[in-house]
This record gives sequence, structure tokens and C-alpha cells, in this order.
Amino acid sequence: MTLEILGITVLGVFLFGYIIVASIDFGAGFFNAFSVVTGKEHILTRVIQRYLSPVWEVTNVFLVFFFVGMVGFFPKTAYYYGSTLLVPASIATILLAIRGAYYAFTIYGGLKYRRYTILYGLTGLFIPASLSIVLVISEGGFVTIRNGGPELDYWVLFTSPLAWSIVVLSLTSVLYISAVFLTWYAQKAKDYNAANLLRKYALAWAGPAIITASGIIVEMRTHNPEHYERLLDLWWMFGLSVLFFAGTVYLLWRRIAYGFAFVLLAGQFTAAFLAYGISHYPYLLYPYLTIYDGFTNKAMATALVTAFIAGLCLLIPSLYLLLKLFLFNKDYVQGNRNDHV
Amino acid sequence: MVNQEAVFFSRVLTELTLSFHIIYATIGVGVPLMIMIAQWVGIKKQDEHYILLARRWTRGFVITVAVGVVTGTAIGLQLSLLWPNFMELAGNVIALPLFMETFAFFFEAIFLGIYIYTWDRFKNQKKHLLLLIPVALGASFSALFITIVNAFMNAPQGFDIVKGQLVNVSPLVAMFNPAMPTKVAHVLSTAYMTSAFVLASIGAYRLLIKGTKHVYHKKALFLTMKLGLIFSVATAVIGDFSGKYLAEYQPEKLAAAEWHFETEKGAPLYLYGVLDNGEVKYALKIPFGLSILAHSNPNAEVIGLDRFPDNEEPPLYIHYLFDLMVTLGMGLTFLAFVYVLGVHRKWRIIFKKWFSWLLVLCGPMAVIAIEAGWWMAEVGRQPWILRGIMRTSEAATGSGQVDTMLMLFSLLYLILGIGSILVLIRMFRKNPVEQELADRDAERAGDLK
Ligand code: HDD
Ligand code: HEM
Ligand code: HEM
Repeated sequence: MTLEILGITVLGVFLFGYIIVASIDFGAGFFNAFSVVTGKEHILTRVIQRYLSPVWEVTNVFLVFFFVGMVGFFPKTAYYYGSTLLVPASIATILLAIRGAYYAFTIYGGLKYRRYTILYGLTGLFIPASLSIVLVISEGGFVTIRNGGPELDYWVLFTSPLAWSIVVLSLTSVLYISAVFLTWYAQKAKDYNAANLLRKYALAWAGPAIITASGIIVEMRTHNPEHYERLLDLWWMFGLSVLFFAGTVYLLWRRIAYGFAFVLLAGQFTAAFLAYGISHYPYLLYPYLTIYDGFTNKAMATALVTAFIAGLCLLIPSLYLLLKLFLFNKDYVQGNRNDHV
Repeated sequence: MVNQEAVFFSRVLTELTLSFHIIYATIGVGVPLMIMIAQWVGIKKQDEHYILLARRWTRGFVITVAVGVVTGTAIGLQLSLLWPNFMELAGNVIALPLFMETFAFFFEAIFLGIYIYTWDRFKNQKKHLLLLIPVALGASFSALFITIVNAFMNAPQGFDIVKGQLVNVSPLVAMFNPAMPTKVAHVLSTAYMTSAFVLASIGAYRLLIKGTKHVYHKKALFLTMKLGLIFSVATAVIGDFSGKYLAEYQPEKLAAAEWHFETEKGAPLYLYGVLDNGEVKYALKIPFGLSILAHSNPNAEVIGLDRFPDNEEPPLYIHYLFDLMVTLGMGLTFLAFVYVLGVHRKWRIIFKKWFSWLLVLCGPMAVIAIEAGWWMAEVGRQPWILRGIMRTSEAATGSGQVDTMLMLFSLLYLILGIGSILVLIRMFRKNPVEQELADRDAERAGDLK
């Protein structure tokens, strides 16, 4: 494996990790707000607070890791994406700040207002939408080099069917991933009311998620034929992904093995993410930047990989401890213990 | 092509975000150590008061951390968004500490989550205290790594530029640059000092202004003032070394900060004063002072601004910032000294109203010193973003929307700032110490039955 591939793999793993954990977080916030509006609040709020509050900062670090690592391994991305993403990334940052403020002020600080909860829920939709713009831009056709600097063409972006499909996909997947996970979590918490409600949400969002995902492949055909060809070469991975999807829906439908349903969902997204990533290779930004010409120097790459391995040795046991205490601890999950400071 | 407007607004936005982040970051670095000390003293002495102190500080701390995390995420992204050219170069040479910083964040975030949700879960309190060590370490290491990046901007090394190409990159040489030892030490000691004084302010406010006489507040105030004294002495000593570093490696920054125009031997030190048409007026002049400060030798030569071309001179107003920082540092050290000695010797002065007010102001003063210090250090590096290599104006984005983003972020920080203060006040109002102590006693009595 070359250092370039190793670098992009490390970043890919953390991006995928962020997509999954953040989707759970974003979707949960949205369902929570939705239940407040429809008067079903007490069903969901407890489950959501139990799971999310101890881990939201960890979720955020996944994102920080990704963009810091990106600039480390591929410094040229700072130039191309930094120059073009000012507006969408700033908006995403502000929305992320609203979420952080909600945890700080409402959950830790006890300041409870309906408006906050709803605002917090809505950011769960707008953040994935604004972050997914990065994926859209990477497909090429939206950035032009003018006056020696890259510029984003907003008009082309806002009128592109591909852009909208990716935005809608990000929303449906967020809601679907989140609902499936929380169904499992609520079941473990023996909170059957919540589990039933969440199961309904999961089934409701399954269809839209798979339809929008297929839609993207169709859009890609006209937008970026090169990428489309490469996607088709990997048809079997998408097939696997659909199979996993069917498995999840079946288990939810029959109300059995919610834990395994979530594992299958993870499999579905892993297969699709891998296929997308592999077919995107070697481009970081069509057609300007590949992982080869964007890569850092050898000395830095080696240093980063070494630091990464050392870091993982610290990180994996700590993450294990966190999960053990909050996700797999019966007393905690079922709400028998609080122990909050 | 340089877009002057974008450069200007990028600078303002960077200044704003960093100045806001640094308040929460400083508290984030220092307070875990204070919590650890209080909890440790509590366990050692089997004194419920110190444990409760640790617990109440932690409750406030999680709120400042949350704001620190969101503003930190903002600055992390803004570095690439506003300074893409700089980050492209920096990514090649100094990405290693930035990358390691994210591991420190991970470590801190994971154990903080565990720590705050496991009060009372362990029979043995020491086990719970152990969980705090990674939090404090993670916070201090994140300060260490980010300060290394900043030190590199002041004293870049570890690479060569040959025909516009970066060659011979050595990440470790870049990290261990000459600015790093003093900078890291000063930033860490000021973070501990500021956190101690901020917590002392709270204790002083409760005890002396509100008129509560509870021994809990007395213990809190005495402990934090003692810690503040220790760290402010350390800060002054390390600050002196920072000055010596500047004299050696960044003489233009020192010269601008001290209004030292001509290179000369036996240079005098000007304190305060104003600049009038290039002339220093109303200043306190200490003969040989600058030579002693810079080189510990009254006859040593100190390089002045005459050795630098006009377009490489830092703005001269940093002199006021430098004076402000040093004055506050000296003042705080003196105040803490008087208080600690006064408690031992039972001096009456420490109970006087005006003295109490000074104690309440300790925290805000330390925070102002932090801001002044950073502004001095960063403005004093101008016009360079990477000293001697890249100018700030060459580093900025060319985007035309920075002014709009500036407005959005200003609004955000306003809300976050006001929100965090209101929530903190509310939190402690609703749950006074006396009440909580009584509750705990009742609970314990219940357990015994
Ligand atoms: C509570 C805050 C505080 C206090 C009381 C002091 N400082 Fe400071 N100082 C800082 C907070 C700070 C800082 C915010 O941490 C800075 C800004 C950048 C840096 O590296 O540290 C700094 C920078 C800084 C620098 C510039 C370093 C550089 O640019 O590389 C010097 C020379 C000093 N300090 C010297 C002093 C002296 C002689 C003090 C005497 C008591 C002093 N400081 C007190
Ligand atoms: C990794 C570390 C840091 C980086 C990459 C960085 C980046 C920058 C950049 C790009 C500028 C140029 C903008 C300008 O000239 O106005 C700047 C200036 C500034 N930075 Fe830093 N900074 C770092 C650390 C800090 C920290 C920790 C603070 C703390 C508050 C800080 C405070 C400032 C301030 C106040 C200015 C304004 C200088 C001026 O007015 O010209 N910086 N910094
Ligand atoms: C240019 C300068 C800086 C950048 C890019 C930066 C970046 C960040 C980021 C991305 C976070 C959020 C991490 C998370 O998600 O948990 C953060 C938080 C934090 N930063 Fe900064 N930071 C800078 C300056 C500083 C300085 C100078 C210090 C220390 C003196 C510092 C100390 C911290 C700490 C301790 C946190 C954790 C949150 C807390 O405990 O309050 N940062 N920073």
C-alpha cells in the first residue's frame, strides 16, 4: 500500500465514523423536536439524553480529526477547498455551534425552552445538508479557476440536480440511520414505547433512503460520466449494500433482533461508502486534484502515520471504556443510574 | 492577486474567533487541574467541602468546555477557510502537532464524558479522581500542541525553500523550534494562573460581597489564591525568559513592544508613556533596564527597530498591550501574596471592603492579561504570518464573502457569550452551596438509618 492510499484510508475511516455517529446525533435531535411539536415529547427525550449527552463531544472530535487530518495528509486541499467552501463550511460551523450550545445551555445548564429544542432539531437537518455540499463539489463542474484562485459557482451549484439529490440523500440517510440505531437503544433500555415509535420512523425512512441513493447513480451518469463508469464497475458492492438493506428492513418489520438490524445497516453503509470511495479514486476534486499531486511530503506522511498508530493505541481502549460504560451498561441504559455531576 | 478587503476581514474574523476561543480554552486547560487538586485535597483530608468544591466547579466547567469545543471547531475550520495559502504551506511542515492535538481532544472528550457521568458510581473515590487525570492531561497537551504551531509561526524552521519548492522537510525540527519552550511554558502557566484566579473571584464574591460566612467559601478562596500565587510567580519568571527569547530570535517584536528605536548598548527600559510623533513622552525610564531584561547584562547591546526595513516593522501600539499584561501580572502576584500572607498573619486589611473588591476582580484581570498577551504576541509578528517567509496579506483567501461571515460569527459569539454567563449564574443561584451541603447531610443520615 502506498502512503497516499494509507492516508486516504485513515481519513476515510474517520469520515465514515463521523457519518454514522453524527447521523445518530442529528437524527435524534430531529425526532426529539418532532415529538415536541406533535406532543409526544416524553417518549423520546429520555432515551436521547441518555445516549447523546455523554458522547456529543466525541462525535465532534471525529469531524475535527477529519479536517485536520485532511490538511495534514493533503495540504493542497486547504488551498482548493479552503478557498471555495467559505460560505457552506461557515454555515455548517454556526449550526454546529447551535447544537453545542443546546447541550451546554439546555442539558447541562437546565435552560429549557421549546424554541431551543426545535431549533436544535432543525440544525440536525441543515448540518448534513451543508456538509454534503463538500461531496457535491468534489464531483467537479462547480469550481473554476479564476484570477489564479479557485472559485465556487453558486448558480451552477444551486441549479444542479446532482447537488440536490446528494443533499436529499444526506437527509434521508441521517433519519434512517438514526431511527434504526435508536430503536435498538430504546429496546435495550426497555423503553418499549420509544422503541415502537422509533421503529415506525425507521421503516418510514427506509424507502426514501434507498430511492435517493439510487437516484444519485442516475444523476452521476450525466454529471460525471467518468465517475459513473467506475461506479458501474463496482455494481456488486452496491448489490451487497442493497442486500444488507433488505435484511435490516426485514428484521425491523418482524420486530426481531434490532441489534443485528443495526449491524446490517452498518454493513449497508460501509459497502456503499467503500464503493463510492473506490470509484472516486484517485480524485480529491475532479478534475484538478488527485491524491497523488495533493499529497504531503514523505517525512510528514511518515510522521503522521506514526502519530496515528500511537494515537490509536490510546484511543481504542478509551473508546471501548466509553462504550462499555454508556452503551453496554445495563444499569445506565435502563436509567437505573444517573450519577451526573 | 491580493484582495485587500478579504485580507482585512479575514484578519478581523481571525482576531475575533481567537480572542473569544482563548477565554474558554484557557479555562478549559486550567480548571481540570484545579478540580483535580480540590478533589485530591478532599479525599486526603476526608473533607466534604473540597469534594463539593470539585463537584460544583465541574458543573460549571462542562458548560465552558462545550463553548470551547464549538469555538475551537470554528477556528480550526477558519484557518483553512480564511488562510488557505498559509495552511497549504503549514500543512506540509507543521501538520504533525495539529494532528496530535486531535488525539488530545479525543482523549479529553472521552474521559470528560465518563468523569461527569460517573459521580458517585465508584465506592472508592480515588478511582473517580483517576478518571480526571486524562482530562487534565488531554487539555494541557492540546494547549501544548497548538502553541507549538503558533511558536512555529514565530520561528519557522525545519524546511528549505528551493526555487519555490519545499524541500528537506523535518516535522520534528519544525516542532522543536526556538520559540517553543518559552511559549509553551508561558501559555500553560498563564492558563493555570488565570483559572485559579477566576475561581478565586467566585469565592471572593460569595464570601465578601454577598456576606455569607460559610467556611466552604473560605476554604475555596484560600486554596485558589494559594494556587494563583504559585502560578503567577511561575508566569513572571517564564515571562522574563520569553523576553530573552524575543531579544535573541525576534528582536523586532521586542523593540516594538519596548519602543526601542536605535540599536544601542546599555539600553534603557520605558514603562508606560505615550508616543508623540515618534517621541516617547511621560514614560518611566529605567536606565539599563532593557539590556538587563533582554540579556541579563546592563551593558549588552539590544537590537532596535533601525535594523529593520519600514515595511517589516510591527505596529508600535503593542507597547500598551505589553505594559498592560506585565502590570496585571505583577499586580496579581502582589495581591495574591498579600492575601496568602495576610491569612497566616491575620492582617486586618484582607477583610476590608476595597480589598475584597480587588479579589473579586482577580479573575477578570487575569483574563484581560491573557488577551493583551496574545494580541501583543500576534500583532507583534505582523506583517508576517510565518515570520520572514510569508506575509499575512499573501496568505488570505480571495473570497468576497468574508464580511458577511464576520457578521454571522459576531452574532454567534455574542449569543454564546451571553448565554454561557447567564446559564452559569442561574445554575449556581438555583443551587446554593448551603442548600447542597444540607441536602448531602440529610442524604447521608438517610443512608445510615
Ligand atoms: C495571565 C496572563 C499573563 C500574564 C500575567 C503575563 N503574561 Fe506574558 N503572555 C501571556 C499571558 C500573560 C500569553 C497570553 O500567554 C502570551 C501571548 C502569546 C504567548 O505565547 O503567551 C504572552 C506572551 C508574552 C511574551 C511574548 C512571547 C512571544 O511572542 O514569543 C512576553 C515577552 C511575555 N509574555 C512576557 C511576560 C512578562 C515579563 C510578564 C510579567 C509578569 C508576563 N508576560 C505576564
Ligand atoms: C495555531 C496557532 C495559531 C494560528 C495558526 C494563528 C493564525 C493567525 C493568523 C493567520 C493571523 C493573521 C491575522 C492578522 O494578521 O490579523 C493571526 C493573528 C492573530 N492571532 Fe493568531 N494564530 C494562532 C494562535 C493564536 C492564538 C492561540 C491566539 C489567541 C487568542 C491568537 C490571536 C491572534 C490575534 C489576536 C491576531 C491579530 C493580529 C493582528 O491584528 O494583526 N493566535 N493569527
Ligand atoms: C489557532 C489556534 C487554535 C485552534 C485551531 C484550536 C482548535 C480547537 C478545536 C478544533 C477545538 C475543539 C475540539 C473538540 O471538538 O473537542 C478546540 C478546543 C480546545 N482548545 Fe483550542 N484551538 C486553538 C487555540 C487554543 C489555545 C491557544 C489553547 C490553549 C491555551 C487551546 C486549548 C483548547 C482546549 C483545552 C480545548 C478543549 C475545549 C475546552 O476544554 O475548553 N486552543 N480548539
